[in-house]
Amino acid sequence: MAQSADQAMAADTVQLLSADGVLQTEGPAADYLPLVEGLSDESLRRFHRDMVVIRRFDVEAANLQRQGQLGLWVPSTGQEAAQVGSAHAARDQDHIFPAYREHSVAMIRGVDVLGIIQLLRGTTHGGWNPAESKNFHLYTLVIASQTLHATGYAMGISLDGLSGTGDPRTDEAVIVYLGDGATSQGDFNEALVFAASYQTPQLFFVQNNHWAISVPVSVQSRIPLYQRASGFGIPGIQIDGNDVLASYAVTARNLDAARAGEGPRLIEALTYRIGAHTSSDDPTKYRQDAELQSWLARDPIARFETWLRSRGADDAFFADIAQEAEDFAADIRARTVALETPATDKIFDHVYSEPHPVTAEQKQWLANYEASFGGDS
Amino acid sequence: MTELDAGIGLSAPVTNGPGTHGPATNTDAPHHLGSRADAGTTPRHPAAPEAGTVQLPLAKALNAGLQRAMRNDPKVLMMGEDIGPLGGVFRVTEGLQAEFGARRVLDTPLAESAIIGSAIGLAMRGYRPVCEIQFDGFIFPGFDQITSQLAKMTNRHEGQVQMPVVIRVPYGGHIGAVEHHQESPEAYFAHTPGLRLVSPSTPNDAYWMIQEAIASNDPVMFFEPKSRYWHKGPVDLEASAVPLHSSRVVRAGTEVTLLGHGAMVTVLLQAAELAAAEGTSVEVIDLRSLSPIDYAPIIRSVQKTGRLVVASEAPGFVSVSSEIAATVTEKAFYSLEAPVLRVTGFDAPFPPAKLETIYLPDADRVLEAVDRAMAY
Repeated sequence: MAQSADQAMAADTVQLLSADGVLQTEGPAADYLPLVEGLSDESLRRFHRDMVVIRRFDVEAANLQRQGQLGLWVPSTGQEAAQVGSAHAARDQDHIFPAYREHSVAMIRGVDVLGIIQLLRGTTHGGWNPAESKNFHLYTLVIASQTLHATGYAMGISLDGLSGTGDPRTDEAVIVYLGDGATSQGDFNEALVFAASYQTPQLFFVQNNHWAISVPVSVQSRIPLYQRASGFGIPGIQIDGNDVLASYAVTARNLDAARAGEGPRLIEALTYRIGAHTSSDDPTKYRQDAELQSWLARDPIARFETWLRSRGADDAFFADIAQEAEDFAADIRARTVALETPATDKIFDHVYSEPHPVTAEQKQWLANYEASFGGDS
Repeated sequence: MTELDAGIGLSAPVTNGPGTHGPATNTDAPHHLGSRADAGTTPRHPAAPEAGTVQLPLAKALNAGLQRAMRNDPKVLMMGEDIGPLGGVFRVTEGLQAEFGARRVLDTPLAESAIIGSAIGLAMRGYRPVCEIQFDGFIFPGFDQITSQLAKMTNRHEGQVQMPVVIRVPYGGHIGAVEHHQESPEAYFAHTPGLRLVSPSTPNDAYWMIQEAIASNDPVMFFEPKSRYWHKGPVDLEASAVPLHSSRVVRAGTEVTLLGHGAMVTVLLQAAELAAAEGTSVEVIDLRSLSPIDYAPIIRSVQKTGRLVVASEAPGFVSVSSEIAATVTEKAFYSLEAPVLRVTGFDAPFPPAKLETIYLPDADRVLEAVDRAMAY
């Protein structure tokens, strides 16, 4: 059995907003308050908007899956604060390597999240062009593989001399997202070795949602995950991942340290996968309801709404956002059901960058074969 | 500078010997990549000439090809274990770190998956990484990154990302080495769409094919016949003879066609010589490219000889050899006077070295197949 929410938090865990929506000013929070104070009301409201919209998107996509419109859905409910805060901490020039649950990050970087729908409906293996999506790279489904791509990319930034110049407006850095399950993979550990060896401008952002499908994090690690980083010579820090302010502030500071040439960092964001691993999963078979309830009481959106209200946000503001979320979901639904099956050429196109006799021959064969039946098959 | 900062492969200062020019490069550079100042311009070893024809062992031809590729394109990087001051366990990268610096010749930590995985990220950034896998049998820790990631990356990006990554793999037996050091794992990769596979058999091909592989925008697995590393041959420094993915007739004959790649080509030429002494005219084709396979010269040859023997060091079951046998049967069925025969390593783990000459096909086993083909 995994930990309850209260067991998970330690004294040095950075939390800026308590579960009941009160700004913390003492302890580990104190260092980060200036970063929060630097945020405009507009930015804070944007945080809230993003969390609400993506949760509504999540519900809509889950429904679409149940209605047969998607082959699979990967819910992100409960992890919005970890994702929204960290995504807003990234600068435009940064590169982001996601796993496959970072729907909020995708949206914030400008991805049309219909691309995620297309991936899970089965009309593409990609869904967007990273070069046109503020460097938000494609989802990676093999656990932890992307950690090495991110490290290599960050090595390239160093080789280009585009980190560590002292100008945070142009210096580049990389965030790679992964889950607690990925920390058991060899690739993640090798990525930490390489990141440390080459002092990459890179942040490892671990969303510890406490479950790798049915295996709790307690089975995977005898120590808090952020403490593993120190064994690689990488500073690690743990945050309340359901606190969007902590996620923003701690990410901003550590990402800027990485971009300044101070080497890689690791953040462990304590959060919880409120839903199933995917639409194919059934967490009632392995999780206790009491644990779920303890995390529902720490909902990232509810606490942020409480705080925003304490700062003057009114009912109209929240009603507007709720309506925006409804509209967003309706648009996704309409465009999902309108998606068409890709042309069969998609099987062969781009297997290689340069001409290849086998794919060319098979593409032609299939075209001839289909044409042999007549009509527009 | 802390002990950790002393870096990978750079902790021992490199001193210039007499007769070299300029400062030794990168000797006090930290191992991380932040400094742009450590890439030197002066080679510590004499450069191969770039005109005329020279005699070089295959390993030195590769070294010269790598050097030329690095000189021609600053985006070309070397990555691998022990490839810096040591020059690789086979010395194929000797002198390259001295000439190009530790930021272009990366002595990596010992982790094959990370070498391939980080090369993918570097390729996304616009670099052209050339990864050295130390021995054939050590490629499997990188197998997932090669087959699940590298091979599919362009496809899943729908062409928006290219993967100009070369993976150099010293492969094959005949060097008396221990377990995991003499294998021929080509088929695993030939089976994977998205990869290209080539294997030179001569110093000239080694020199040109490595440069052409580096110039490719697709991932290329480059299988180096390590038993041929020390054999000299002419290298024409001015022009490549044939395109990268070409097979090539290397001995003309009329009665039987022998086909193989890498070190096997030498065995086939020996067999052809012996067969000629016995009155059988044998044509030999150097496959050169394992994926894609250039079938035109093979089919033309089979249309002439009517018989094909395919040979490889790799085990034969589900192999490149069996794929060629099936395809030639389809494409040249009415020309065949005999079934396509395969002469391969046995379907057993590569044996202890004292048995390798029995396990690996030699000229006599090839001739046994020639006799069987002629008997149909």
